[in-house]
Amino acid sequence: MINCSLKALGQMLAKKQVSSVELTQEFLNRIDTLNPEINAYIALDKNKSLAQAKAADIRIAAGSAAPLTGIPIAQKDIFCATGWKTTCGSKMLANFVAPYDAHVISQFDAAGAVNLGKTNMDEFAMGSSNETSYFGGVKNPWDFTRVPGGSSGGSAAAVAARMCAAATGTDTGGSIRQPASLCGFTGLKPTYGVVSRYGMIAFASSLDQAGPMAKSAEDCALMMNVMAGFDERDSTSLQRDKEDYTRDLNKPLNGLRVGLPKEFFADGLDANVAKVVETAIAEYKKLGAEIVEISLPNTGLSIPVYYVLAPAEASSNLSRYDGVRYGHRAAEYTDLMDMYCKSRAEGFGAEVKRRILIGTYVLSAGYYDAYYLKAQQIRRLIAQDFEEAFKHCDVIMGPAAPSTAFKAGEKVDDPVAMYLQDIYTISTNLAGLPGMSIPAGFSAGSDGKALPVGLQIIGNYFDEARMLNVAHQYQQVTDWHTRMPELNTLKEVA
Amino acid sequence: MEWEVVIGLETHTQLQTKTKIFSGASTAFGSEPNTQACEVSLAFPGVLPVLNKEAVNCAIKFGLAVNAQITPRSVFARKNYFYPDLPKGYQISQYELPVVGKGMITIQVPAVGKNPAYEKVVNITRAHLEEDAGKSVHGAVEGMSGIDLNRAGTPLLEIVTEPDMRSAAEAVAYAKKLHELVQWIGICDGNMQEGSFRCDVNVSVRPKGTDKLGTRREIKNLNSFKFMQQAIEFETRWQIETLEDGGTISQATVLFNPDTGETRAMRSKEEANDYRYFPDPDLLPLEITEADKDRVRAQMPELPEAMKARFEADFGLTSYDAASLTSSLDLANYFVATVHAGADAKPAANWVMGAVSAKLNAEEKSIAQSPLTAVQLASLIKRIMDNTISNNAAKQVFEALWNGEGGVDAIIEAKGLKQVSDTGAIEAIIDEVLAANAAMVEEFKAGKEKAFNALVGQAMKASKGKANPAQVNEMLKKKLGA
Repeated sequence: MINCSLKALGQMLAKKQVSSVELTQEFLNRIDTLNPEINAYIALDKNKSLAQAKAADIRIAAGSAAPLTGIPIAQKDIFCATGWKTTCGSKMLANFVAPYDAHVISQFDAAGAVNLGKTNMDEFAMGSSNETSYFGGVKNPWDFTRVPGGSSGGSAAAVAARMCAAATGTDTGGSIRQPASLCGFTGLKPTYGVVSRYGMIAFASSLDQAGPMAKSAEDCALMMNVMAGFDERDSTSLQRDKEDYTRDLNKPLNGLRVGLPKEFFADGLDANVAKVVETAIAEYKKLGAEIVEISLPNTGLSIPVYYVLAPAEASSNLSRYDGVRYGHRAAEYTDLMDMYCKSRAEGFGAEVKRRILIGTYVLSAGYYDAYYLKAQQIRRLIAQDFEEAFKHCDVIMGPAAPSTAFKAGEKVDDPVAMYLQDIYTISTNLAGLPGMSIPAGFSAGSDGKALPVGLQIIGNYFDEARMLNVAHQYQQVTDWHTRMPELNTLKEVA
Repeated sequence: MEWEVVIGLETHTQLQTKTKIFSGASTAFGSEPNTQACEVSLAFPGVLPVLNKEAVNCAIKFGLAVNAQITPRSVFARKNYFYPDLPKGYQISQYELPVVGKGMITIQVPAVGKNPAYEKVVNITRAHLEEDAGKSVHGAVEGMSGIDLNRAGTPLLEIVTEPDMRSAAEAVAYAKKLHELVQWIGICDGNMQEGSFRCDVNVSVRPKGTDKLGTRREIKNLNSFKFMQQAIEFETRWQIETLEDGGTISQATVLFNPDTGETRAMRSKEEANDYRYFPDPDLLPLEITEADKDRVRAQMPELPEAMKARFEADFGLTSYDAASLTSSLDLANYFVATVHAGADAKPAANWVMGAVSAKLNAEEKSIAQSPLTAVQLASLIKRIMDNTISNNAAKQVFEALWNGEGGVDAIIEAKGLKQVSDTGAIEAIIDEVLAANAAMVEEFKAGKEKAFNALVGQAMKASKGKANPAQVNEMLKKKLGA
C-alpha cells in the first residue's frame, strides 16, 4: 500500500478497501520504525493527524470526497500550520507554534488531506544537503552515509522511503529538484506565482516557490491541483483560471522538441550522471521527441547572481527574528542592542549567518550598484536566454544535479562546492520558470551502491501540464520511479 | 552680516483609511495595545503585504491637488533597520520612485507688523506612501518597555518640500495650508494631537545673497503650529549665533522642548544608519493609469485654488478675503450658504471672517460647531441691508443669536434695536442738536471738518444710537448747506 499511487490510494479509500485512519496509521507506524534513523520528520502529532483522518473518513462516507481526501501528506516545516510547531529548521523558531495556516496548508485541509507531520529541512531553506538543520541531518534512504539533498531533505527522504504518500517542498534555487534527483522521485517547482507564498516562511521572496514532491508525475499533477491557484494575500500570486494539471498526461509526445543546452553537459557534470541523462533522452527519441541543441550562454553567471540576490532578500526577510515578539531570545542581555546581537547569534546557524552577512554587504551604500543592481541586470539576461531558447524547443532537458548523493560531511566546510549543487536548477528560479526532476536511472556511487539520478525538465511559463505530460509518458515506458530503497532489513541493521 | 534662513518641510500625514496599508487590521486610534495587530502587523513568519487601494487613492488625490506628476509606475522599497516597534526589521516605504513627483502649493503669508501679507509658491519635491511603525511604551510596567503595534502599518503619505521657505512665518503658513488641504480633499483628519499630521522641519542659515545652502538640522515631530514657529525661531537664532561666534553647524536631528522653547540635538547624522533600501520583492510596482486618475478626480471636491478664484470673480472679493474663506472646506461652505440664504457677499465675508471667526477662536470651536447657522447669519445681514438695524446694533443682535436667545427679528424687537429711518423724526433730532451746539456749527462753517463728525455723533447720541447714520449724515449736510 505504501508504494501505491495517489490515484490508487484514492480509489481504495473510495471503495472502502481501506480507511484514511488505517492508511494514516500505516504511515505513522512506518515513520515510527524509520524516522529515528532517517530523521525526515521534525514534528509529529499523531492525534492531530488521526483526527484529520477520521474527518476524512466521514467525508468519504458522505460521498463528498475530493481526489486527495484522506491521503496522508508530509508538509515541509517551512509552512505555518495552526497549532503545529513551525521551525523552518532553525533554533530561532524551535518553539514557535504557528497561529495561522499557510495558503498551501489550508488548500490541503480544504481538500481533506491528512497532515502527517512536518519535515526536516535546511535552516531557513539555506542548504543543499539538509546539514544546516538545527534538528540534525537527514539520511538518504538509498545510502544512509549520504545526504538526501536540500533544502527539502526531510520531504525528499520521506517520499523516497515511502514514509508518506506525497510531500510538499519549496524551491528557491533547486530545493525540490536537487533532492528529487538525489533521492529518486518526481519533484516539480512551478512557475513563480502559481502557488501562493502566504504563510510559507520567506527565504528569498522573488525566488521562493512551493511545489509537490511525489512518486510520479501523475501524483505531482494531483498535488498541483490542490496547491496551485490565485491567493489575494500574496501580491505576487498570479490571477489565472484554475487548471487541471492531469489534463494532458496521456498526450503522445510525437513531435515534441526537446532542447539540450550545451552548457548543461560541460565540465563539472559527473560522467555517470551524464550517461544516465543521455540514456533517458534516447528514450524520449523513441517516444517521438526531436532533439534540438540550444544554448543558455549566461548559465555560468547564475550561481554568482543568485548568491547576491538571494542573500540580499534573505538579510531583510530574516530581520524580523529579533527576539522581541516571538522566537528565540537570549536568556541574559545588558541592553537592547545586546539582546538583538545575542538572540540572533544564538538563534541562527553558520550558513544563515553567512548569507545574512553577504546580503547585508551587497545592499550597503556604495556596494548596491556593483552587486545588487548588476545582479538584477544579469538576472534579466538569464531570463532572455530562456526566452530565446524556447523559440526553438518546447521543453529543455538536462541533469538536475551535477552528481549523485554525496557523503554527509563531504561539503559542509566548502560552501562554494555546496552552492555548485544547484548549478543546473538555479537559473530557472532566476527566470521564474517551472522545472522538475524525474527518476532516470541509477549510477554506482564511489562505494558501489546504486544511487538515483534525476532528469531535469524545464518548461516555459505556465507549461506545468505539458511538463507533467512529458514526464508521465516517460514513466509509462520506464519503471525508475517505482523503485524504492531496500529498507526492510533496517531494524536488523539498526 | 545679514543672514537668511532656509527651510524645507517633511510632513507625515496619516491617511484616512479604515484598514492598514498592507493588511486588513483596523487603523482606529486609541484601542487597547496590540488589539489591532493582526499576523501581518506582528510580522509573523511567512506573512505578506497586500497594498490597500484606498491609500493609493489618497495619494492620487494629493497629487492632483498640488498639480503634481503622478508616477505611472512607482516602487515600494524596504528601509532596513532594527527597532523594537518595527516588527519586520524594515519599513515598507518608497525610495527612488515615489508615487507623487514634483508639484506646488500656493501659500498666503499673513502680514506681520509693517510687512504686508503676500502669496508664495512652495514647490513639492515628492510625496510617497509608507507604513507607520508601532510605539514603544515606557513605564507601563516597571523596569520594562512595552511595544504597542496597533499603529504599525498605518498608512502615511510623506510630503517633502523643496527648501523654499525663508522664515518661520512662511514655514507655518505652508504647514497650515497643507494641513487645510489634506483635510479639504479628505485624505487626513488633521488631528495633530493624535499624530495624524506630523512635521519635520529642516533649517539652515546662510549669508543673505549667497546661493550655497548651509548645513541643515532637522527638527523632528512638531505637533503644533505654535511649537513650529517657536522651534524655527529658536533654531535660526541658535544657528546664526553659533556661526557668528565662529562655530560650525553639523548635520543633526534635533528635538524641540516646549517647556524651555529650545531645540536640542538628539543624534548626529554621522551615526546615521545605512538603510540598505532595495525594491520590496513581496510587492509589485504600483501602476497608476490615466483612467485611475480620472476616476479619482471625479470624486474630488472643488479645490481651494479654484474656489478662491471663483469667489474673487463671482463675489468681487479681494484675493486675501477669498483665500481666507477657502482656508477650509467647512468655512467656505458656510460662507456660500450665507450668501445663498440672501446675504450680500461682501458683508457675509466680513462677518464670517470677523465676528464669527473671532467667536469660534475664542471658544476653540470649529465652524462646524458654530451655534449660529449660516441662515441665521444671513437674516442678520439682511436686517442691516434693509436698514432695520445699524451695524452697531447688529453686534448686539449677533451676541444674542450666538447665545441662543431666539431669532433675529425677535431679538431686535426685544432689545428695541430697530433703527429710526423716519425722516421727520431724524429731522427733529437734528434740529435739536444744531440748536444746542451753535458753537460747533460755527466751527464747521469756519472750515473745521471735524466739527461735522462731532455733530453726527451728537445726533446719534440723541437718538440713543437708533438713528440711521446714513440718513443723519445726509440730512445734516443738507441743513448745513455743505
